[in-house]
Amino acid sequence: MIAGRVHTTPPRWGEFFLETLVRILGVSTIGFVALIFLFLLREGAPVFVEVPLSNLFGRAWYPTFDYFGTLPLILGSILVTLTAIVLALPLGVASAVFVREVAPGWAREVLKPLIEVLAGIPSVVLGFFGMTLVAPFIRETLGAPTGLTAFTGALILAYMALPTIISVAEDALDAVPKSYRDASLAMGATRWQTIWRVVVPAARSGIVTAVMLGMGRAIGETMAVMMVTGNAARMPLTLDSLFRPVRTMTATIAAEMGEVAQGSTHYHALFGLGIILFVLTFLINLAAATTMFRKRQRGGLR
Amino acid sequence: MHRYTVQRVGFALLTLATLVVVAPILLVVAVIIVQGAAAIDWEFLTAMPRDGMKAGGIFPAIVGTLLLTLGTALAAIPVGVGGAIYLSEYARDSRLTRAIRLAIVNLAGIPSVVYGLFGLGLFVLFLQLGTSIVAGSLTLAIMTLPVIISTAEEALRSVPVEFRTVSASLGGTRWQGIRYIVLPQALPGIITGVILGLLRAAGETAPILFTVAAFYLPRLPRSPFDQTMALPYHLYVISTQVPGMPLKIQHGTALTLMALVLSMNLAATLIRSHFRRQRQW
Repeated sequence: MIAGRVHTTPPRWGEFFLETLVRILGVSTIGFVALIFLFLLREGAPVFVEVPLSNLFGRAWYPTFDYFGTLPLILGSILVTLTAIVLALPLGVASAVFVREVAPGWAREVLKPLIEVLAGIPSVVLGFFGMTLVAPFIRETLGAPTGLTAFTGALILAYMALPTIISVAEDALDAVPKSYRDASLAMGATRWQTIWRVVVPAARSGIVTAVMLGMGRAIGETMAVMMVTGNAARMPLTLDSLFRPVRTMTATIAAEMGEVAQGSTHYHALFGLGIILFVLTFLINLAAATTMFRKRQRGGLR
Repeated sequence: MHRYTVQRVGFALLTLATLVVVAPILLVVAVIIVQGAAAIDWEFLTAMPRDGMKAGGIFPAIVGTLLLTLGTALAAIPVGVGGAIYLSEYARDSRLTRAIRLAIVNLAGIPSVVYGLFGLGLFVLFLQLGTSIVAGSLTLAIMTLPVIISTAEEALRSVPVEFRTVSASLGGTRWQGIRYIVLPQALPGIITGVILGLLRAAGETAPILFTVAAFYLPRLPRSPFDQTMALPYHLYVISTQVPGMPLKIQHGTALTLMALVLSMNLAATLIRSHFRRQRQW
């Protein structure tokens, strides 16, 4: 509340109404989260009754034959997401450090909007690009039968997570007080030593937040992943799984929901996947938000 | 000196990493533009699709996306800006406020396809709106809400407290201060936030898959309760669901969608920098 210290004339009747309305709108955000969870449960919970748990967490997803094993889909999502983060983390943090600490002013002016452009390109356009250019390239490089692999998906996802990671990491670097840098430089450290030993460690918790938010973004991404991963629902357990087709939870929902009969077990199962996704992203964002709020409360650092 | 060699290597690596991030962005944009430019002409943008989408234009998809964006704006702007006013001007640092902030972070993190499921469950089936522009717009609006609230709140907060104290000292009520002083000052920032939210809605596919999108509908929607084609879904359909689709139409659709979204992006950037330079505080 900014105007808390300001003593104003008491509101008139019409204003009292508007102020109440604005309050309701603010609180409505909580209502929306609750409503989303409620409706996922309403349509998805029946699957936990209709299908035995051993089937539900089994290794085979063949809905036409009543196999609703979500394990390959969950592992598929995890494989693609973790690989994406492994690719995006070093690139994202390095770019954030470059933009904040090293780049001259003009380069910053060019880089920031460019990264915003990446954030703005629709998922389906990146998927189209991945499908028509990246996948054939990967197929030929690997000599594999198909370029639609978990790795192709992870590569595209890494770039989709980068804008989030970069901007949050930048904020974290920005929150490191100038006195830290000055002190380090005054001790005779080089700029690189200052960045590597002082600034980045001081921004550590913010960088962790950045990675978590990037991960949340990656695990929920749908269209691009569906278009480039090949969508084979198999257990990604062997070492070469990364370079084979894989299928994620999001892609399964998007691909199959259009064809199921409303109210069927398959329909409930797809909403069940939605519940799993909702809970996963909720937990990831909760963790990210807690570190963010804690940092804010302590007034800046860590 | 050794440690300066280390520094040089370190900076070189940072530069390299940044190039690895940036180069593919330029590549994607350049490839989509070059491929698409050859496919786009007046007919492509203004004609109905023909022969199972393998010929003709993408007019209904363009109109559909514009209508969906409009519908999203109508629903999301009042709620988003209202919520932002509450958070910046009224909310105390209470448990409720923290719960609202948490809700906003989580809304922002919910996967787009889960919004699609939610929209199907609530708007299409429960409220019986059917697969319609209304159902799709409302789904997209809730997805857009966190972007609008966060950016609008930031814009409102950046207006100095003194503006409010002066208004109050002249006998203004708090609402008058907001309505006549704070809101006009924050307007450019709010508009930027709204555009950023809407461009996300315009480009999304997953939330409209089950709530509004029509596979092939070579006519314009007749009412808000009608289905419609939409650019992102159309691109998905013609690049994965229709065998033997001419590449040219795919390229043209990809460019049209990207151009629409990036021009909104550009507009937001221009508005922001223009007013930042103009304002005197």
